[in-house]
Amino acid sequence: MKFLKHIGRYMIMLFGVFRRPTKAIVLKELVLKEIDDLIIGSLGITAFISLFMGAVVALQTALNLDNPLIPKSLIGFATRQSIILEFAPTFISVIMAGKVGSYITSSIGSMRVTEQIDALEVMGINPLNYLVFPKIIALLFYPFLIAIIMFVGILGGYLASVYGGLTSYEDFIVGLQDTFIPWHVMYAFIKTMVFGILLATIPSYHGYYMEGGALEVGKASTTSFVWTCVAIIIANYILTQLLLS
Amino acid sequence: MIQVNNLRKSFNGEEILKGITATFEKGKTNMIIGASGSGKSVFLKNMLGLFVPDDGEIVYDGVALNEMEIEEKSRLRTEMGMLFQHSALFDSLNVEENIMFPLRMFNRMKKKERRERANEILERVNLVNLNKKMPSEISGGQQKRVALARAIANNPRFLFCDEPNSGLDPKTATVIDNLIQEITHERNITTVIISHDMNSVMEIGESIVFLKDGKLAWKGTNKDIFKTDNEAVTDFVYSSNLFQKVRIAQNEGF
Repeated sequence: MKFLKHIGRYMIMLFGVFRRPTKAIVLKELVLKEIDDLIIGSLGITAFISLFMGAVVALQTALNLDNPLIPKSLIGFATRQSIILEFAPTFISVIMAGKVGSYITSSIGSMRVTEQIDALEVMGINPLNYLVFPKIIALLFYPFLIAIIMFVGILGGYLASVYGGLTSYEDFIVGLQDTFIPWHVMYAFIKTMVFGILLATIPSYHGYYMEGGALEVGKASTTSFVWTCVAIIIANYILTQLLLS
Repeated sequence: MIQVNNLRKSFNGEEILKGITATFEKGKTNMIIGASGSGKSVFLKNMLGLFVPDDGEIVYDGVALNEMEIEEKSRLRTEMGMLFQHSALFDSLNVEENIMFPLRMFNRMKKKERRERANEILERVNLVNLNKKMPSEISGGQQKRVALARAIANNPRFLFCDEPNSGLDPKTATVIDNLIQEITHERNITTVIISHDMNSVMEIGESIVFLKDGKLAWKGTNKDIFKTDNEAVTDFVYSSNLFQKVRIAQNEGF
């Protein structure tokens, strides 16, 4: 019953986000600020993780290639497929649930605790539109971040393979281009777009409706991380079924 | 003027407000006093529309809040100013931006005009040269004054203050009290103040409503409050050591 209550309230929140919009010029500034905080601010850490994950995927593939009949170009192929299909959109989204999700929950939760949300409401501003809508718009740019992550991940695989002496430059590039299906990139971006909306709204929900004090802000951040991850994993399965099977 | 009729509110089956009827007049500093847990904050939040009452109505200048359309309610809220107990300044904005916030949201003022208005109000609340400071960089008393400046920036018709003096030293508390009273008289607005502070009550309580256990137990003015024989009020008023001593001194003929 409690779960259904949360789902219902989450839906009501989503409708609330689009009602009584904030002044356009203010909204524009808020969106730009959120793009800076949520997308550009995450670029460094996600690129770092991606570079090394790409390298690890290439290393592990190479270490499992015992059979001389299997071409070395498989390293490039496996790196590309792992990064584009799962690692960049899904794994990075789980990391973003920790980084961006906690930030969103704690910032909105702190505003709730310190009555800043009440202050917005008393002034006649729709707090949901003012606080959550710019985050949703900012995270619609999330696929751009993931495109960079894909590139950096494959670059990591390339550096580990070629400079680690696992394969040659030519073999890696052949593998990278082998049976490339552009739809897979599209599939990854569609997933990313959905994950972006989940990343903006689930942590906002947990921050906006939290009750209590500073301790509860911490608890709400943890809960929001867990539920955002759960939602991403379930959405990943459903979208893969719908788009690839 | 704000008229509250038979206001009731419960949480989890426990009735917090038990049918309160009160009038808050224009051009006066109307105070709501009472012990902790008497329902003052819940009462105020119902008046502001942050809580929906279970029963009763709140009438702003002849129009009931529960009968207003969303747009009408939003318009009314732009005419409200609120000074929160813990200031509720926006952390991400500096002092000047906090004051300009309601102006920016609801006025067509240019940036220069907004800045001039912010400076004018900052001067009014005795805070100059703090424009670029963040809320975390100023003291609690200064935060309260900035919050008051933000509340009055848009020339509200209704000003609400939730314990404006809590956590302040007596001197700053007096400054805040006097400012609220001056603004109320000057602009002829309806001001509603929640307070525990008997000094404030004595100074600016032109109309007082006393709540006890979610009910209106007494109403009067700061002149009446020391003369009443209402036991609940005298218990509350003379609960502080200072006022107990004053009473003893009065009884002894000093």
